[in-house]
Amino acid sequence: MGRPGVRLSPARLLAVARKEVIQLRRDPRSLIMAFVLPVLLVLLFGYAISFDVDRIGLAVLDRDNGASSRALVDGFRRSGYFDLVDRPASPGAAERLLERGSARLVLVIPPDFGASLGAGRPAPLQALVDGSDANGAGIALAYAEAVVADFARRAAGRGGPAAKPPLRPEIRVWYNERLDSRRMIVPGLIAVLMMIIAAMLTSLTIAREWERGTMEQLAATPVARAEVVLGKLLPYLAIGLIDVFSTAAIGRVVFEVPYRGDVLLLGAISFVFLVGAFGLGMFISAVVKSQLLATQVSMLVSYLPGFLLSGFAFDVATMPLPLRALSAVVPARHYVTILRGLFLKGVGLEALWPEALALLVFAGLGLGLAVRAFRKETG
Amino acid sequence: MRLALRRIGHLVRKELRQLFRDPRMARVIFVAPAVQLVVFGYAVNTDVRGTPVLLLDRDRTAASRALVQSLTASGYFRIVGEVGRPGELVRALDRGEATLALEISRGFARDLARGREPAVQILVDGTSSNTANVAQGHAARLVTEFGLRRPGRAVESPVDFRPRVWYNPTLASRVYNVPAVAGVIIMLMCLMLTALSVVREREMGTLEQLMVSPLRPAELVIGKTIPVALVALADLVLVTAIAVLWFGIPLKGSPLLLVGASLPYILAGLGTGLLISGVSNTQQEAYMTMFLVFLPAMLLSGFMFPVSSMPAVFQWITLVNPIRHFLEVVRGVFLKGVGLEVLWPQVLALTGMAAALLWAATRRFGATRH
Repeated sequence: MGRPGVRLSPARLLAVARKEVIQLRRDPRSLIMAFVLPVLLVLLFGYAISFDVDRIGLAVLDRDNGASSRALVDGFRRSGYFDLVDRPASPGAAERLLERGSARLVLVIPPDFGASLGAGRPAPLQALVDGSDANGAGIALAYAEAVVADFARRAAGRGGPAAKPPLRPEIRVWYNERLDSRRMIVPGLIAVLMMIIAAMLTSLTIAREWERGTMEQLAATPVARAEVVLGKLLPYLAIGLIDVFSTAAIGRVVFEVPYRGDVLLLGAISFVFLVGAFGLGMFISAVVKSQLLATQVSMLVSYLPGFLLSGFAFDVATMPLPLRALSAVVPARHYVTILRGLFLKGVGLEALWPEALALLVFAGLGLGLAVRAFRKETG
Repeated sequence: MRLALRRIGHLVRKELRQLFRDPRMARVIFVAPAVQLVVFGYAVNTDVRGTPVLLLDRDRTAASRALVQSLTASGYFRIVGEVGRPGELVRALDRGEATLALEISRGFARDLARGREPAVQILVDGTSSNTANVAQGHAARLVTEFGLRRPGRAVESPVDFRPRVWYNPTLASRVYNVPAVAGVIIMLMCLMLTALSVVREREMGTLEQLMVSPLRPAELVIGKTIPVALVALADLVLVTAIAVLWFGIPLKGSPLLLVGASLPYILAGLGTGLLISGVSNTQQEAYMTMFLVFLPAMLLSGFMFPVSSMPAVFQWITLVNPIRHFLEVVRGVFLKGVGLEVLWPQVLALTGMAAALLWAATRRFGATRH
């Protein structure tokens, strides 16, 4: 099969596609994986994971125990960000709470807190912060500072007019106005999940041919290699697009992530991305049987980078320059950027064309690899 | 007993020979984790050092330049460009060329000198909520401090708040994340090396040969586990060394505890891999099952997304995830320098999981035999 110079015939291509659909309809495992799994995973992880820092474990070592110190602790509790977990009696007990991780912040109020405040001296106030999770600790610290500043303003307001700051930063947040981490995560989640689902689905189509022994039959028919690859691809592209739209709908309806972009563009770009992802998946599953090593290498170069270098959880903009450059070859990175652009920013190709172009290159590469892998397997 | 030991010994030798028959395999086993840790070690960064900022300075005075200077000098921001019109700021944010846009209005220096509270406009791209959150906090603080530093404007707060950060005083996210990456890489290695092993023998037909040999299921599991466990332990020492020597992550606690706790972790990983291998009919199936198992294990481990931010139900679910417990051990030993007196629940959980998973894998092989 695969005589060079044979032109692609739409009839043969469609015949392969029809065969694939028939086989697919008889295979419940594939159907579940195709339609149920993506929806289930987006629901599961969209609900489970977030960066939002609230319910910060707070321990208070109050050695003053006066009206002011109680008002301060009350301010922490009413802020909604802190959970008062304990009132340790000694610094040693407070330290153990931090070590065990049951508290993240220990507020230490010295005995002269209320007295200093009443006398107009700066009232000393200490806090111990578990800094191990730098991100969470930084946010917890910022909340604590805000609560203290609020308390200080009230305290000063009783004495006289609160001083106005000489310079006013006017901050406006765009695209994700409430800085809700779910809005950042859900579009990225759709992108990385589609990458994995695509690899799984295509691997099953190849596996099926081997298991049923139909690979030889396919090889014996006058179908060209490219026709097999494209014919197998067509039904999966349709499934992939249904998955993209159904998960996007879940993001919109269940997780209330706004969709501000062009729906047609989502379909078009996802189509390009899926061609690349399915091609890569076919390549991996065609070589897994014969080349253990190639499988493991491809897993290493595709799986973790999809999560860590795509901007899904760790922002690419703040990575060192060599990594920013390296992330350009990670398809998921471009797809994540595009999905966030379509969901949150509502931009179109005028802003997203570099990413779209990168995905086109990826699609070409994926298709090429898939066709080549077939030659090796069957030729 | 002696006979059993001899049989296991033979199997271990066979497995090791098979593993290293392809010289390139050694590269996959030892070079890949090292390269991965170095690359991802730089990627897993939630510090907002060097957040890209686009500038629109309409004042162009010494004061406005000093404000910009105070932002860049903090290290949190880098200016990626300067534009002349507000429309260009919008376009840059749309394209994601900058995360922050700073707009200094005309008359900034004059208003500041006269005490008229000039406003500094900061536009933040909130798409990456994490970066945006921290970056806007830094920007607001720096701008306010810049105003307070002007002569004659010292304002004293009635509360002298002095937070002290423990374990990681500079709040460097890498210190927290690099040991976690090491843990995740080890788990991936364990799964990769075992998930395909048994099913591969089944496909090649050599599993029947093993089955008709006098090896018992338990011996088969032990013999398959020992060589990979040795390899994984070597990997663990390797990645820990890279974390300490390359990234300069301080190892405050006992290295012995780290190795001791990683043994049940590795065994739990190998047990999972063998179980996957045992229930799969083909290598592809095993490969894909591994994908599916690793996905929630990684996302619900506290590696990228903190466990404390999950809904209560999911926090309970993470308790059966070996990665979650191991990350707590690694972070505790690396950052806090705590010992078994604090980490015993995690070590106990890992040991329990390792035993349960290996037992399940043994049962599975016993079942396939008949």
